[in-house]
Amino acid sequence: MTHSIWIYILVMILSTNLIRVIPLILIRGQISNRFIKSFLYYVPYVTLAVMTFPAIMEATNSPVAGGIALVLGIIAAWMGLSLFPVSVLCCMTVLILEFFLV
Amino acid sequence: MSSALHCFPICDIMPFMKRENDFLKGIRDGIPIGLGYFAVAFSLGFMAKKCGLSPFQGFIGSFFTRASAGEYGVYTMVVQDAGYFAVVAMSLVTNLRYLLMSTALSQKFNPEVPLFTRILTGCCVTDEIFGISIAYPGYLNPAYTFGAFTISTPLWALGTMSGIIAGSVLPDSIVSALSVALYGMFIAIIIPPSKKDKAVGIAVAVSFLLSYVVRRPEISGMLNLNSGAITIILTILISAAAACIKPHDSEAEK
Repeated sequence: MTHSIWIYILVMILSTNLIRVIPLILIRGQISNRFIKSFLYYVPYVTLAVMTFPAIMEATNSPVAGGIALVLGIIAAWMGLSLFPVSVLCCMTVLILEFFLV
Repeated sequence: MSSALHCFPICDIMPFMKRENDFLKGIRDGIPIGLGYFAVAFSLGFMAKKCGLSPFQGFIGSFFTRASAGEYGVYTMVVQDAGYFAVVAMSLVTNLRYLLMSTALSQKFNPEVPLFTRILTGCCVTDEIFGISIAYPGYLNPAYTFGAFTISTPLWALGTMSGIIAGSVLPDSIVSALSVALYGMFIAIIIPPSKKDKAVGIAVAVSFLLSYVVRRPEISGMLNLNSGAITIILTILISAAAACIKPHDSEAEK
């Protein structure tokens, strides 16, 4: 190898963190444009939704178990359970279902 | 517990009384994140080993980068002996969503929060930490983000290192179960606002649907897009459409 692994790692660290920090350096005040404000209001939920489905069904050994974990997680969150219990419920669902399905 | 996430606007008025408390709350919410991280990082470590990284290199790389897809992408380039500029390009593409997330996060700060604190908070951004930070009621108390960072980052780095040392994965059933921990958190973040604001609920449902359709191999293959690119494009399109159809008056949520 002609390149150093340490320099690869350093380049990766610098570029990844720069992406995270640049918007916070450039945008210090409240944005007043109504469209951009609305856009940014939806971004977090949309991006998390896009990352969750169908990925949750591909992350597990059995797609069915992942799908059921999703449905149960949605019901639990709808009923007011917070992050940790919902997360544990999803894990347990997969662990138990895959005992039978895989 | 969910009510604690959604109805404490007063915390903006007395940040110092709440600071320590919020740090602990961040640690509590960071535990499931860290557990999920450990499992994912373990398999990342397995991959990193194949690419020639030592356990220490894996630990340092993961500790300071904290980007699953981004790290995966870069480590595969180490094997290919790619140029450094290509590594920068890979980091930009796989992590472009952080640009959007930090932009959204910039609006969560009390105007008085100093630049240095904003930069530190920005460095903490991952999909999961961003998710719980944006769900913080009212202005974000950075202590909360730092708490989640403090517990989850070492687990991410240790997971990578353990994966490299072990060179093989955890029992398959455990990996499979732990891998939904992160998605469970995502669900718990997006569902309560979906219940409260119908527009968010519809945007989430549309996101699920379009994500499923576009990620079908026939379609993503035809469009020649990787998973990270699909996430960015769908996020921009759906959020822009939602902002046009149902503009949001953010005064209502503050």
